[in-house]
Amino acid sequence: MALETALTLTVVLGFTTLVLLLAGAPPLESYRQIVKGSLGSWGKVTHVIKVWIPLTLAACGLLYTFRIGLWNIGVEGQVMVGAVLTTYVLRTGSDGQHGQYLLAAALLAGMAGGALWAVMAGYLKTRGGVHEIFAGLGLNFVAQGLVLWLIFGPWKQPGIASMSGTETFAEHLWMPYLEGLRISPAALGMTLTSVVLTAYMLRATRFGLYLKAIGSNEKAAFLFGLRPQATMILAMVCAGGFAGLAGSFQVAGVYHRLIPAISSGYGYLALLVVMLSGFSVWVSPLVAFFFACLNVGSIQLPMVLQLDSSLSGVIQGTLVMAALAMHAMRARSRKGGGPDAGG
Amino acid sequence: MNVELIDIHKHFGSVRANSGIDLKILPGTIHGILGENGAGKSTLMKVLAGFIPKTRGTILLDGSEVGYSSPEGALRHGIGMLYQDPLDFPPLSVLENFMAGQVRGATMGTEVHRARLLELCTGLGFKLDPDVPAGRLTVGERQQLELARLLSSGARVLILDEPTTGISGLQKEVLFSALKSIARGGRSIVLVSHKLEDIEALCDEITVLREGIVTGTMERPFSTQALLSMMFGSEPSPAIRSGHEPGAQALYLDNVSAPGGRAGLAECTVHVSRGEVIGLAGLEGSGQEVFLRIAAGLIRPHRGRVHVGRRDMTGRGYHAFQSLGVAFQPASRLEEGLIRGLTVTEHCALGEGGGQFMVQWDTAEQDARDKIRKFQVAGTPDSPVESLSGGNQQRLLLAFLPEEPELLLLENPTRGLDLESVHWVWDHLDAHASRGAAIVFSSSELDEILMVADRVLVFFDGHIIKDERPEDTDALALGRAIAGKM
Amino acid sequence: MQGVDITILLAGIVAGAAPILLATLGETITEKAGIINLSLDGTIILSAMAAFAAAVTTGSLLAGFAAGAAVGASIAAAVALFSLRLGLSQVAVGFVLTLMTKDLAYFLGTSYARMEGPLAGPMPVPVLSKIPFLGPVLFSHSLPVTFSMVMILASWWYLYRTPSGLKIRCVGENPDGAYARGIDPDRVQLFYAVAGGLLVGVAGAAFSLCVKPGWGQPQGCEGSGWIALALVIFGGWHPVKAAVGAYLFSFLQVMSIYLQAWWPDVPAQVFQVAPFPLMIFILVLISVAQRETVMRAARNHPALRAIIQTLSGKAPAALGRQKKGTG
Repeated sequence: MALETALTLTVVLGFTTLVLLLAGAPPLESYRQIVKGSLGSWGKVTHVIKVWIPLTLAACGLLYTFRIGLWNIGVEGQVMVGAVLTTYVLRTGSDGQHGQYLLAAALLAGMAGGALWAVMAGYLKTRGGVHEIFAGLGLNFVAQGLVLWLIFGPWKQPGIASMSGTETFAEHLWMPYLEGLRISPAALGMTLTSVVLTAYMLRATRFGLYLKAIGSNEKAAFLFGLRPQATMILAMVCAGGFAGLAGSFQVAGVYHRLIPAISSGYGYLALLVVMLSGFSVWVSPLVAFFFACLNVGSIQLPMVLQLDSSLSGVIQGTLVMAALAMHAMRARSRKGGGPDAGG
Repeated sequence: MNVELIDIHKHFGSVRANSGIDLKILPGTIHGILGENGAGKSTLMKVLAGFIPKTRGTILLDGSEVGYSSPEGALRHGIGMLYQDPLDFPPLSVLENFMAGQVRGATMGTEVHRARLLELCTGLGFKLDPDVPAGRLTVGERQQLELARLLSSGARVLILDEPTTGISGLQKEVLFSALKSIARGGRSIVLVSHKLEDIEALCDEITVLREGIVTGTMERPFSTQALLSMMFGSEPSPAIRSGHEPGAQALYLDNVSAPGGRAGLAECTVHVSRGEVIGLAGLEGSGQEVFLRIAAGLIRPHRGRVHVGRRDMTGRGYHAFQSLGVAFQPASRLEEGLIRGLTVTEHCALGEGGGQFMVQWDTAEQDARDKIRKFQVAGTPDSPVESLSGGNQQRLLLAFLPEEPELLLLENPTRGLDLESVHWVWDHLDAHASRGAAIVFSSSELDEILMVADRVLVFFDGHIIKDERPEDTDALALGRAIAGKM
Repeated sequence: MQGVDITILLAGIVAGAAPILLATLGETITEKAGIINLSLDGTIILSAMAAFAAAVTTGSLLAGFAAGAAVGASIAAAVALFSLRLGLSQVAVGFVLTLMTKDLAYFLGTSYARMEGPLAGPMPVPVLSKIPFLGPVLFSHSLPVTFSMVMILASWWYLYRTPSGLKIRCVGENPDGAYARGIDPDRVQLFYAVAGGLLVGVAGAAFSLCVKPGWGQPQGCEGSGWIALALVIFGGWHPVKAAVGAYLFSFLQVMSIYLQAWWPDVPAQVFQVAPFPLMIFILVLISVAQRETVMRAARNHPALRAIIQTLSGKAPAALGRQKKGTG
């Protein structure tokens, strides 16, 4: 296991270094910048946590769908729709009354929005026979179109619509944050709670057991009396709910408005997080933290080294590929190798 | 061509499908390979055809040893096989199926192949339209197509695995006369079948397999009696049945037909009474699987009605059947019965405490312990089910049956168990029957059926061709019926 | 349709469809052999970048297209090898590669952003381009666009009229059956995954060197890989029908430009995004229409039934199947 990890990291470092050399960048300095840019100061760390929150929430949701064997690629759109509904609710409260109730309602609306979007993909799969990848993808495009339409149409800023998003909310509609740290303790707390809740749901409840049973063997689970299709929809509801909450926090806690890139690709990235964590609830937040470090750390690459910040994505992708490959090789060698011909 | 197999072994993990088989096939003859399901016939033939590698042994062609490790290699030596499940390409046209594997290089030569296919078909008495998709052909026609293809690609030894299952009487005649004419032309044919009648009608020599070894060979004229005893073993156990008194109606299938398996199920009418134990005999795929699944609500018949107890359940789903006390146990343990990746405790938890939100892990683990003890499973509550041996998985499946079922539907409930365990299982099931549950089970062991059943139904090609009490019949008569010989 | 020149409109549709068409044809070939290469979206972006970079550096368009093709082929080879040799899920590997190659493109491409580069200009086909109407619509394009049209017929011919095409279809349908006929399914799958990947790579190059010339972030080809994947299903795994889908998508894209002019109130971004969900939902409609219940309902409407049957096509039976014995 230790050897496998070491090997994986060697492969990733080797590949990334190669890529850096190809781009004419100094590898060591680049790595140093990433570390410095993510963990170099408290300010940076809070920034990492801001990324960690939506990533972990989306990953929590995906644990439900992966457990039942669904590829919920629509998670990206679920984050967006969550953000849209949160914005909708918060826009009604410009008069300054009942800020906290409105915020609570906005978060609930976000969760409902994400869940709704996920259920649509779920029904397309169970009733329509459309593979969840394409159903989810189509809905992602629709969600992106919806966000853009709102920003440039009905919700455009007074005067001129722009890529900078809708008008910023009044400050009493922001989620309360710690002075200086710019992190909402409520969002952080709810994210940690989500992790614990997910672990609890998957481990201790019948629902969690059903997800695992259906994901492992749908036919046998059906014979045991379970209802695979209904359970799939329910798993989608959970996934969408957490993703929607991630979108809510992006709006109410981070940007205080709806912006075109509100989901920032965190949904897709969360899929990688869960895959790399080996579909584990407890490992996922750690991987999410590491990925958030990479994302935040590479933000200053363009300024310092004139490199694109997408280096983080290259490292993350390589890491997942290498880990998948190592895992498969270990499974192979344990089986005693040699592919069995035919039959 | 002279084919000689010497001391062929084939092991799949710990399962020995063939253990030391010798076989000689002379040119210009039709050689029958006879045996029950699981006797090792198909495995032996796949080894000969290069589809699977042998564990050890020697293959001699015309006296010289050959070592090939693929169907392509076998075909280069002139050995071609027609597999039990046709290995063809349903959406592709008949002509394309014919050409697949034969055409190389840059051009198709479609017209040349069309002419060759039609010529071969005319010579063998087949009528195939080259331009329809192969998926629209009947099983018999797909075989004809394969046969034509093998001949065209130069096969001098033709292996046919169960070619007469699922084809019409007329197609069988066409096939047999084609095979005879092929053999007359000097090629050898190996016919694998469990159907005595077919083998007797066609073959010049018969080799019988049982449990992976050769139990005998015979040349014309054949003695049916002797062949049957080579196939099934000679001493049927004495009947030691419990003899339950049949009670009220538990299951009533009224003129039910449904597709599925190789033969489907056709116009089946059966009454099952409470307390009755009914054994379903027949070769795999003869209709008993479909029968059990219809009775469980897993397959909806497209004709006829299904009653459970007094209630008409036609068209209802499996879960509705379950709520009436119907329990179904599939034969394939890890495909349908148990859930790979889940432990024994997790399986126990699945089956209990339906309405609760939380899993009662303590209860489930205690339950797992109890079941492991009661059903003598070699494992712990934390064992993932796939780590258990086949026999233990089978016991576990039994342990997961509901406490007080009304109707038990069991596919091969004792497969892979030793005799002592079989007795133990039946003692357990017997308790259900005494309580009034009806039990319907399929089994490939005639001795078992004769030992425990109150009634035997024999399935052949989707029909129930025999419905008798064990005391009115015996293993040999049942064996005949299974093989389609009344 | 005031002010719309139908010839220019059609020519625009044909030219705009070229890259997606090439990618769709490539993926159709790959999937016909039973491999799903889900990495198309990233592959197209990375090969667009590689093609542009190579063309700028060497000054040769040919080198650009070669680089794009090489990138497409290598990524496809990775998907196939991870599946065939390690037994990994093609969907998982393809998805990770989609994200990774996209980021790789943006990272490596920074220094080429917004540079002037070579551009594949119009190369009218002699004689044919002089035909009235058809000439300007079909035969007056740049080489990549003409190539894309030729590839429709070429891939159809290859799949349905050559021994190799027969081999591909056999393997995608039933690898065991192919094996029993002396065909090595693994080799065929690897080979045609790579061959399909080559075309996808050329598609990326066609974007950055021809249809949406230049490199930047975003390049403008984002999302087209997903559309190509959807079009393969739309075309029922048949190259000619898939081509019809590619032209339909291109039509939607061109129309969105016109519609934008007609409805200036609706934000432009909506029109840019709209063709994507529309295409996917056409796909959804087709999938739903193929359901048994709908087919039964359509029994009394021969016209409707005919439409559904033309649109539908079955996936190769062994598509995406994982190798046995590995997790």
